[in-house]
Amino acid sequence: MTSDGNPDLAIELRGISKAFGPVQANKDISIQVKRGTIHGIIGENGAGKSTLMSILYGFYKADAGEVLIGGKTTPIPDSQAAIDAGIGMVFQHFKLVENFTVLENVILGAEDGALLKPSLAKARKLLTDLAQEYEMDVDPDAVIEDLGVGQQQRVEILKALYREADILILDEPTGVLTPAEADHLFRILKGLKDEGKTIILITHKLREIMEITDTVSVMRRGEMTATVKTAETSPEQLAELMVGRKVLLRVDKVPATPGETVLSVRGLRVVDDQGVERLRGIDLDIRAGEVLGIAGVAGNGQSELLEVLGGYTQGTGTITMNGEQIDLTGTASDARTRRARGIAHVPEDRQREGLIMDFGAWENVAFGYHHSEPFCRGLFMDHGAMRDDCAAKMERFDVRPPDPTLAAKNFSGGNQQKIVLAREIERNPDLLLIGQPTRGVDIGAIEFIHQQVIALRDQGKAILLVSVELDEIMALSDRIAVMFDGRIMGERLPDQTDANELGLLMAGMTGKDAAA
Amino acid sequence: MTESLPKWADILLIPLVNLVLALIVSGIVVALIGKDPFEALYILVNGSVGSAYGWGYTLFYTTNFIFTGLGVAVAFHARLFNIGGEGQAALGGLGVALVLLYLPLPHWSLAIIAASLGAALFGAAWAAIPAYLQAQRGSHIVITTIMFNFIASALMVYLLSRVLLVPGAGGSPETARFVEAVRLPNAYDIAPWLGFSRSTPLNVSFFLALAACVFVWALIWRTRLGYEIRSFGKSEPAGLYGGISSTRITMVAMLISGGLIGLMAINSVMGEAERLVIDPVQGAGFVGIAVALMGRSHPLGVFLAALLFGALYQGGGELTFEMNGMTREIILVIQALVILFTGALDNMVRAPIARVFLTLRRKPAQKAGS
Repeated sequence: MTSDGNPDLAIELRGISKAFGPVQANKDISIQVKRGTIHGIIGENGAGKSTLMSILYGFYKADAGEVLIGGKTTPIPDSQAAIDAGIGMVFQHFKLVENFTVLENVILGAEDGALLKPSLAKARKLLTDLAQEYEMDVDPDAVIEDLGVGQQQRVEILKALYREADILILDEPTGVLTPAEADHLFRILKGLKDEGKTIILITHKLREIMEITDTVSVMRRGEMTATVKTAETSPEQLAELMVGRKVLLRVDKVPATPGETVLSVRGLRVVDDQGVERLRGIDLDIRAGEVLGIAGVAGNGQSELLEVLGGYTQGTGTITMNGEQIDLTGTASDARTRRARGIAHVPEDRQREGLIMDFGAWENVAFGYHHSEPFCRGLFMDHGAMRDDCAAKMERFDVRPPDPTLAAKNFSGGNQQKIVLAREIERNPDLLLIGQPTRGVDIGAIEFIHQQVIALRDQGKAILLVSVELDEIMALSDRIAVMFDGRIMGERLPDQTDANELGLLMAGMTGKDAAA
Repeated sequence: MTESLPKWADILLIPLVNLVLALIVSGIVVALIGKDPFEALYILVNGSVGSAYGWGYTLFYTTNFIFTGLGVAVAFHARLFNIGGEGQAALGGLGVALVLLYLPLPHWSLAIIAASLGAALFGAAWAAIPAYLQAQRGSHIVITTIMFNFIASALMVYLLSRVLLVPGAGGSPETARFVEAVRLPNAYDIAPWLGFSRSTPLNVSFFLALAACVFVWALIWRTRLGYEIRSFGKSEPAGLYGGISSTRITMVAMLISGGLIGLMAINSVMGEAERLVIDPVQGAGFVGIAVALMGRSHPLGVFLAALLFGALYQGGGELTFEMNGMTREIILVIQALVILFTGALDNMVRAPIARVFLTLRRKPAQKAGS
């Protein structure tokens, strides 16, 4: 069994298979990752990337296949074994103790003995060394909750390095970062690579793969469809390998022909339950037939903006819709009255808000509109009408499988989003609020969703798009507003700006700072 | 895991397996105290469903448990844990007693309508205060409803010993007997040929309970309000997004819940005791939680679970009479085991059964593939 492999390979996977019930998450996967390289793994949601990495980190046990580390067969029954084998993992959602300091987090679980002092001293020295070596400066005594996400991520990397990891796996590391922070991360990763560390980068962003990896493996439906040298491939080719067909990476659209102002927002403020001001005076206008894109790093007030416009967070200021002022605080302010005003909302978190995951698709297509025809007759719901409506929407939006009785949780992310989108668009709203339209959605469905948004714009509807994906904002918007810390930092036209300028605005620097 | 199970297995097979397990463990307990478990089982079954006499009591208890079980189930659908059934049912009894003592009602058919209104109104009112505190103040409803059980109990003692006490009743705190005209027909009056005795407690309230099952089914699965209650119960953030007011749903669901539980008093106070006594509920409020859990908050499930617990109550009572050494406490242990297995340990049985179904399903699929 212990057929020794090539010691030049940091990691070699041979014929890894893993099934969850009837679902084959990984099918006979083999990869070879050379020592001292950055290897990308790209694939759509549900392609099996995370499962594969969880096997490598000892969270799951593979049904078949073996893992070789440095040429030696290494069974990984749990994450301790993975750490012992020199594997470090940086998860998408950080696993830090929020009210511990950086140092305490770094040594957590890797203390040398019952007394903490020696470990803390050792970690402090390591942190100073690393800070000099790769721009990894983090205050060792800062408490995690006071740090920005970029710095928290660095703490995760430091944790792995403290455990003497030779192989670093990063799962979607740039999801929460500004472009500048992402660049910083990539510089760190390149530095680590030059030191001889091996890095595996899991992402769904083609741009990142092209920018920093040496080799890339593409996964589709649990299988490894190709492993290629990054220099010898193109984003188009990778996208095709991921989806299995040619994909349009750009959105085809004609210039917008904006009409009258549909929504006008002045001095909008929102204070959350903790008394923190989340929106600090927002002014914006959206006209019929245009897409206003809100760019920004997650957590800078975009969610609150959508919620207050959608009617389920209270705020102060004035919002005028089609010339009529909207009540923001009274009892007549809820999501139902907003819908009656012609505001439809595709929420950022479709699984938490947009859908009732345990309900069948047919019950979800009425959700939010369950007071009105054809779903409701007097006090009773019309199940027949709901089912018919759902079947028709599923056909028009190509929802798969087209089974109205299937529970929402059993659809893929893309198909869930299509259900929400169909529900909101087909009510013929004047304004569509749409948050993170393609988060967790596969590339094939992204194309479809983008086309639907543009088609709605071309029908003369106003669209407010919130997305943390700058590419998406650039591709869809007719105007771009950048949010930072509850304020709009500035507005730009997509053809007169670039990712750099927007990135600076997202980091809170105004035009003047950016010029300086 | 859940969707890997066919519906019939979820609703029938799993509760049945749970019940059998509970009976096996109960049998061990009975054997440990030196009694014959098979004899005990025989007495339990025979005492509850072996005679018209037994059925009369079994279905009488079942009626109580249907009302409390339905009430708890409606609250469950809104993800509210109403454990205040004891208090709400007691207040329901107060409502019944006030109506029947102070309104001159000529006939039981009119009386049952008026008393039902009184019972539901008082039960709902008792649930309304915790519901309001939850909806407006965020006070946890589990805490407030259970505290309201104690308040209700104290209130009943005060009212029965000071205010409503019948003159010359001696030591027992209870109201006067309701007039004969409003006495509900019992099973003997309705169907004497079935062999029920003249004094059987089973009465027309049983049909009211069945009607309540249909009402709850229609409410939850057919009306807009039910749709909103279920939506809110499944996901509060989604409810907000969908324009469903959490205050309104919390209040409405608890009012309906308390009202249904209050209706239990029609059976126990109006139908059986024919006066208000100090504890008209006898634990049925708590049994309702087990009934709703076991019945998966579905009216049909609640009916079947109520029937099971009704039989356990009656059969357990017989057991204490018939078998020397089977104390009330042992019966409580058996009932607790049934609750434990059917409610709390549900997943213990569910996961292995789901696995069995999965392998059964995969096998034919593989055959078809090869």
